[in-house]
Formats: sequence, structure tokens, C-alpha cells
Amino acid sequence: MLNVALPKGRLGNQVYGLLEQAGYDCPGIREESRRLLFDSADGSLRCFWVKPSDVSVYVERGAADIGVCGKDILAENNPRIYELLDLGVGKCRMAAAAPKGFREPADRPLRVGTSFPNIVREHYAALGRDIDVIHLHGSVELAPLLGLSDVIVDIVETGSTLRANGLEVIDDFLPISARLIANRASYQFKLKEIREMTERLKAQVETA
Amino acid sequence: MLDETLLKREERAMLALRSLYRRYGYRPFRMSRFEEYEFYMRNKDYLESGRIITFTDTDGKLMALKPDVTLSIIKNGMDEPGCRQKVYYDESVFRVPAGGQQFREIRQAGLECIGEIRLYDVYEVLLLAAESLGAISDRFVLDLSHLGILSALLEETGQEESFRRKAAACFGSKNAHDLRDLCVSRGVDPAVTERLCRCASLSGPLPEAVRELEGICPPDAADCLEELRTLSRLLGDTPWGERISLDFSVVNNMGYYSGIVFSGFLEGIVDTVLSGGRYDRLMQKLGRKSGAIGFAVYLDLLSALRSDEPEGDPDILLLVPGDADPERVAQAVRKLTEKGRSVSVQEQIPAAGGYGKCVRLEETESC
Repeated sequence: MLNVALPKGRLGNQVYGLLEQAGYDCPGIREESRRLLFDSADGSLRCFWVKPSDVSVYVERGAADIGVCGKDILAENNPRIYELLDLGVGKCRMAAAAPKGFREPADRPLRVGTSFPNIVREHYAALGRDIDVIHLHGSVELAPLLGLSDVIVDIVETGSTLRANGLEVIDDFLPISARLIANRASYQFKLKEIREMTERLKAQVETA
Repeated sequence: MLDETLLKREERAMLALRSLYRRYGYRPFRMSRFEEYEFYMRNKDYLESGRIITFTDTDGKLMALKPDVTLSIIKNGMDEPGCRQKVYYDESVFRVPAGGQQFREIRQAGLECIGEIRLYDVYEVLLLAAESLGAISDRFVLDLSHLGILSALLEETGQEESFRRKAAACFGSKNAHDLRDLCVSRGVDPAVTERLCRCASLSGPLPEAVRELEGICPPDAADCLEELRTLSRLLGDTPWGERISLDFSVVNNMGYYSGIVFSGFLEGIVDTVLSGGRYDRLMQKLGRKSGAIGFAVYLDLLSALRSDEPEGDPDILLLVPGDADPERVAQAVRKLTEKGRSVSVQEQIPAAGGYGKCVRLEETESC
């Protein structure tokens, strides 16, 4: 049996749609209920919803053989997993944004508000820029408006939240989408099932 | 007489591994648990985690609890032309495991073969890696790859160090899609990109995968491919041939490792149980002229395997009044233990822990 961790929410529904199109089915998974585990009729597949940021933990620790996780979470946490396929859904980008007309201070570290401190450190280290990371857990757009940070680094989908708050993208540096990931040991011992699922999903992605 | 069923799985494994390594002429290597901190600082990049437990010795020297064994073995050996230093160990190291947050004592066993490394030595170490896994469970996979081929492929791209680091990370996570995007963004030749991506996805039984590699391997790495062909033939003649795969997601630290690198997995354990490879570059960085190859088995991970070990519960819980005649109690216990039963003498049934059968002192005759 393959254990599959799916991210709760809109992205998870999109991904489960891909699984259905690829011929997988776990009855009851789309119904509102308190059930946590959903098995396919033939017992070859077990799906479960988890918080999107926890998918990689379930997979890295082997509670799930396979999972679907945003590239932002993978880049931030760097889990020891295999990343088998770009599913091409949940597309957005990681970008730095600042108030319109922003001029970068040259005489001090750049203050960066973000929920992704590791991605930010790596990005600015590659640019050779000295920064002060301000780790926030939500409403990141507020930080430059109140002078908490100079810029923010966050996920940008349409840019409407930025525009509504007088912010604009100044550096668009990491494309993000949902990725099919696998536990490294499961890949060794459930190779046939994992490869088959990867190929069937790949066919769906290419068709789309 | 040693009752092996009382040993923990990792202890049984270590006994089997010691016997195995001795059969191939490896000698035990004993070492102190401490090393000067400065030694690790000079070689920090080699360690999986740069975090080390330190303390100040009585003479004021800053010392470290060993986070690694290989560095100490290299430090304490000498180059001897034509000879190989063959050692095995069973030691605790203290470090933050990959993906972990806290220090842990990690028990690991392993071996190192140091000297003029020939193809036979590489085969022998790979065979011992497979045998080590097989001694624990026959449901294992040993993945191997060749960093000489990966280096030659990366060389073909003509790209600088940061590209190579990112590309190697893509190999490590079997991420051919981001590798392709990276190559396209850097303007790498499409034919080279194609070969890189095929190689990143390559994994399978050694003979078939080596044949597929023939269409991927750059001419500069022809000797590496020949090495893999020979190893495939030699390992194919062992009982473990079908459990050995070629898989280019094994990349290790390319700054220290070169040539063959490998990782072992046991069914039921979610992490790499065995890790090793040829580390000639580390030897050079430590001022040694010899080559070296070795591996470590992470014995502490074995506790995740389904336990077939006794729980420690006694067969008989013997309930004895506090004022019972000690001679009568001793006689009852002796009778039961002579029948091969384990006995715990108690006045009341303890709240915690289990037992096979509860017997009162006056009932022991019928047991």
C-alpha cells in the first residue's frame, strides 16, 4: 500500500483531481466528514489530508511514502526527500517587494520581513548582500508599512495584496508550484508503485 | 553460556559485523571519546552538522565529544606504500543528526580501508557493505553511484561552482525538472542538459543501469564507467547482486568524496542505514598521500525495526507475603528458574510492567 499525504485546502483538491484523472480513487475523500484516512477499494492506496507545511515532515519521517508539497516549503525546510515531479499546479512565485519608489539603503543591512528566513538568507547571501532577517508568521505586507522592515519576501500569486498596500515586486527569484515528493527509503522498497504513480501523474501534467 | 536472544538488535548486529570484518582482515580501532576541538574546526565542512559538544579539559584545552570517527582514524594513521590500513570500529559519536534539532548519541559501526586503493579494494568494501546490511536483514537495498561520472558531466556544462552545487543538490533529490530549468536558465548546451537530466533520473539494477549509462557518460569518464562495469560483474557473482542498484541520487559531499559512493537502506527504516564511499579528497585535505574508502552503519536506527526482542517481563510473578520464610522463597524461586522460567518476587502486583503468570508462594508446587 502507498501512503499519500495531501495538503489540505485548494491545492490539495487540485492535486487529488490529478490523482483521479490518473486513475486513482479513494472513495469518501471529497466528502465532509471527520474521517482522517481514505483507502482505495483495492487497498493499494491510502490518502490523508495534512497541513500543507507538514506534508514534507510526514514524507521525510516515512509516515507517508509519497506527498504533494509546495516548492516554497521544500526550499525553506530542505527535507531529505526525493522530489520526483513538478505537478504544474499551485503556481506562484517567491519575490521581494517594497513600497513603491523604494531606494535600497547602502549604509546598513537591509531589513527583510518574511515567513521564509532560510530562503531569504540563501538568496541574499548569493547576492552578497548583508541583511537583517525579521521572521514573521503572517501579514508580512504590514512590516514595511509600519517601518518594521525595508522590504518583504513572500509568496506572490496575483500581486493584488501587494498593490492594495502600495507595495510592488522588486525581485522575483523563485518560481513555485506543487511537487510530488517521496520518502527515500520508500522509494527503494516500493519502487514499482511509486514509479507508476509518477508516470501516470506525469502524463496528466503533460496533457494539461 | 551467552543467551543471544537477550541482546538488543543493534548488539546482535554488532557481533555479526565484528565477525564479518575480522574475516576480511580488518582490525578493531579503539579511540578516545574526546578530541581537540580545533581539529574538527579545521574540517568542519566534512561534518554533517557543524555543531559540536565542547568542554574545557583540566589543562584549559578546548575539547570536543567526537562527532565523527573517520577523521580520527585518518589522523592517527600513516601512509605505507603498497599496504592498506584496514580497521573497523564500533563507537558512539555525538552530533545533531541531519534534519534533527538536538544532539544525540549515535552508535555507529563501520570500517575504513586506507592506502593505495585498487579496484579489488573498492569491490571488497562494497561487498562488506552489502554483507553488513544482509547480516541485519535480507530486505535491503544498496545504492551506489560514481562521483567521477557526475563530475565529468558537470565539467561538460562549463559552468562555475554555484551551478555545480545546485545541480548536485538536484541529483541528490532526483529532481530532474529543476535541474533542467537550471540548465536552461544558464544556457547549458541542450545535449549536455539532456544527458545530465537522464543521469539524475537513472536508477535501477546495476547491470541494466550501467548499460544505460553508456549513452550518458562523457568520454572523459570512460575509466569510471569501466570501473562500474567491472564492479557490476564482480558484485553480480555474489548472493547480494540483485539488491545492489546504480542510483545517482547518492552524491555525498563532493568536496571530500570522489569515485564510488554508496548508501544502504533496510525495509522498515525510513532513513539511510549505511553510508560510505571513496574519500581521497578528504585524505588530501588532511595531508595524507593515500586513498581511502569506507562506510558507517548507523546502529541506533535499527531500533525502528519491528521488535522481536523480549519485553523484559518475567514469566512468573511470585507473590510472597512480607513475613514469608526466606528459605522457602529461595527454594521456590530456584525450582522455577531451574525449569527455565524467569521469576520476579513481589508482595503486591506492581502497577507498571507485565508478567506471564501470577503465582502465590503456596501454589509453586503446581507450576
